[in-house]
Amino acid sequence: MAGTLAEKVWADHVVRRGENGEPDLLYIDLQLLHEVTSPQAFDGLRQEGREPRRIDQTLATEDHNTPTIDIDKPIADITSRTQIDTLRRNAEEFGVRIHSLGDKDQGIVHVVGPQLGLTMPGITVVCGDSHTSTHGAFGALAFGIGTSEVEHVLATQTLPLTPFKTMAVTVTGSLKPGVTAKDIILAVIAKIGTGGGAGYVLEYRGEAIRELSMEGRMTICNMSIEAGARAGMIAPDETTFEYVKGRPHAPQGKDWDEAVEYWRTLRTDDDATFDAEVVIDADELEPFVTWGTNPGQGLPLSAAVPAPEDFVDETDRYAAERALEYMDLVPGTALKDIKVDTVFMGSCTNGRIEDLRAFASVLEGRTKHPDVRVLVVPGSARVRLQAEQEGLDKVFLDFGAEWRQAGCSMCLGMNPDQLAPGERAASTSNRNFEGRQGKGGRTHLVSPVVAAATAVRGTLSSPSDLLTHA
Amino acid sequence: MEAFTTHTGIGVPLRRSNVDTDQIIPAVYLKRVTKTGFDDGLFHAWRTNDPEFVLNKPAYAQGSVLVAGPDFGTGSSREHAVWALRDYGFKAVLSTRFAEIFRGNSGKQGLVAGILAQDDIEQLWKILEETPGTEVTVDLENRQVSAGDSTFRFEIDDYTRWRLMEGLDDIGLTLRHEEDITAFEQKRPSWMPKTLPARTADTH
Ligand code: SF4
Repeated sequence: MAGTLAEKVWADHVVRRGENGEPDLLYIDLQLLHEVTSPQAFDGLRQEGREPRRIDQTLATEDHNTPTIDIDKPIADITSRTQIDTLRRNAEEFGVRIHSLGDKDQGIVHVVGPQLGLTMPGITVVCGDSHTSTHGAFGALAFGIGTSEVEHVLATQTLPLTPFKTMAVTVTGSLKPGVTAKDIILAVIAKIGTGGGAGYVLEYRGEAIRELSMEGRMTICNMSIEAGARAGMIAPDETTFEYVKGRPHAPQGKDWDEAVEYWRTLRTDDDATFDAEVVIDADELEPFVTWGTNPGQGLPLSAAVPAPEDFVDETDRYAAERALEYMDLVPGTALKDIKVDTVFMGSCTNGRIEDLRAFASVLEGRTKHPDVRVLVVPGSARVRLQAEQEGLDKVFLDFGAEWRQAGCSMCLGMNPDQLAPGERAASTSNRNFEGRQGKGGRTHLVSPVVAAATAVRGTLSSPSDLLTHA
Repeated sequence: MEAFTTHTGIGVPLRRSNVDTDQIIPAVYLKRVTKTGFDDGLFHAWRTNDPEFVLNKPAYAQGSVLVAGPDFGTGSSREHAVWALRDYGFKAVLSTRFAEIFRGNSGKQGLVAGILAQDDIEQLWKILEETPGTEVTVDLENRQVSAGDSTFRFEIDDYTRWRLMEGLDDIGLTLRHEEDITAFEQKRPSWMPKTLPARTADTH
């Protein structure tokens, strides 16, 4: 029977088909853990006297609470320190591999998995974190789970699940220079809404997707959850194989050939059908930016702040009204006139080496706007090392940016990297919720190159504005 | 997980709709590392600031069946919301509509989330408010709720009902199929990802 990519990966992981309304039992190839959503899961194992089934398919890293400066000193915040100490103790007790602060493989869980070559096409990946959808960029079925489910996977390496629906997100044409993967996904979310993907696995396809690097594909899949989707996927191709090949945990030799042969079968059959489909034309896309307090409230950068009356739907109108108040924006203001206090470059959406390169390429030879604070936080310790090898750190420091250690940092402000009340940020992260980056902080989601141009001009800007306003 | 067939306990009328998980338990409690002891966080803002809040009235304070308005448990997926209700002593929550994730989390923790028609919820509220401290019986086997002389039907999906009645937590249930899991594992290709022994870019 013809199938979609998601259906094929699902079918290959069914341990047991559910009967009479029971869910299917799905095998999980890889579970990633971090300090925030795992303590109660380990506690549950202990209470029931259970052992993890496959510690060799489990990996822990510290990211959400970790500081990005003075990492050799004890963590000042007591609750953060407790969560991290608890993860370390649990990892030791149960024999789970952990990459702690200061370790070269430490970093944001969704950056570390792909980097080690653990994330591969056609596998199932879970983590107690909604942005697990990132790993779908490899053609893996990857989704966030709750703490009970983390415990469930630790104990059984499976999850009972009812199949997801499928949605094709076809991106035709090619991106113009200065327009990136981030702009595609912000445009997709603006189009289908923050609930538009609920219950679905989104499969991104079409020329524009094929032309993207793995980093770009990860940026897109990462934000599938912001459209409410369970997961996002992209069929693996030569770009994928190239990225995986030679990584520490990638298959080697004969195994590699066997794996690639299987991976090539992981594509939606031509006669397969999706439950829904949306089409986006990449040729038409411009740099995108959010103006509101959910990732669906976005517009092309050349547009103006909308008025609540622009929205037909009453809920949208009310949401816009509240968002404008929180964001302190006046309808009609050109988005490019919005002044920004902080630029945050990092997160599991845009904290990879290619993102840092793109950011640096815009900064190079330019000077920072004096009123802007710029924080560059690599997604992992390896990304940081790589950037330093390439001399990107020098570009950042010369520009006047702060060059930090790896972690989630200001993406969610669980560590000291936070916006002050009323402060406004252009951020390469994924959530512009009220208070997400610090109590009272205001967030505009942008791509790395828009973040860079904004750091130069002090107002939301695209790289092309630097040419005309040079 | 304890098996649930019938439970009788004091009913608590919560005349509010759209009670989101932030209201059930505020975010500060997410920093804890334990799985129990979340009862102090339950409805924290209302319990500390609102003397009229239903659980602040002695007649309801020992309640174990919550009767809430529509859209209970929306917002953040935090499982702590269910832990807080459970730790406080609630065995069942009744509403006309639950957020999907909250309902899923409830089933995993042995908390019955029963769906009733709005008219029936209104009637229950009336009974519980007219005679504070009235006991409510939740009969899972027959999917019935009774209070005073009235009996109502509630909905719960077959699979969750069966699991709750058997007292099977998901893990225990899955472990019944351990042989299937082992058989599946034996068929997996050897090149599937393995985190151990650890390899890094330096040792590779
Ligand atoms: S970078 Fe942000 S979105 Fe990604 S895992 Fe960390 S907190 Fe979550």
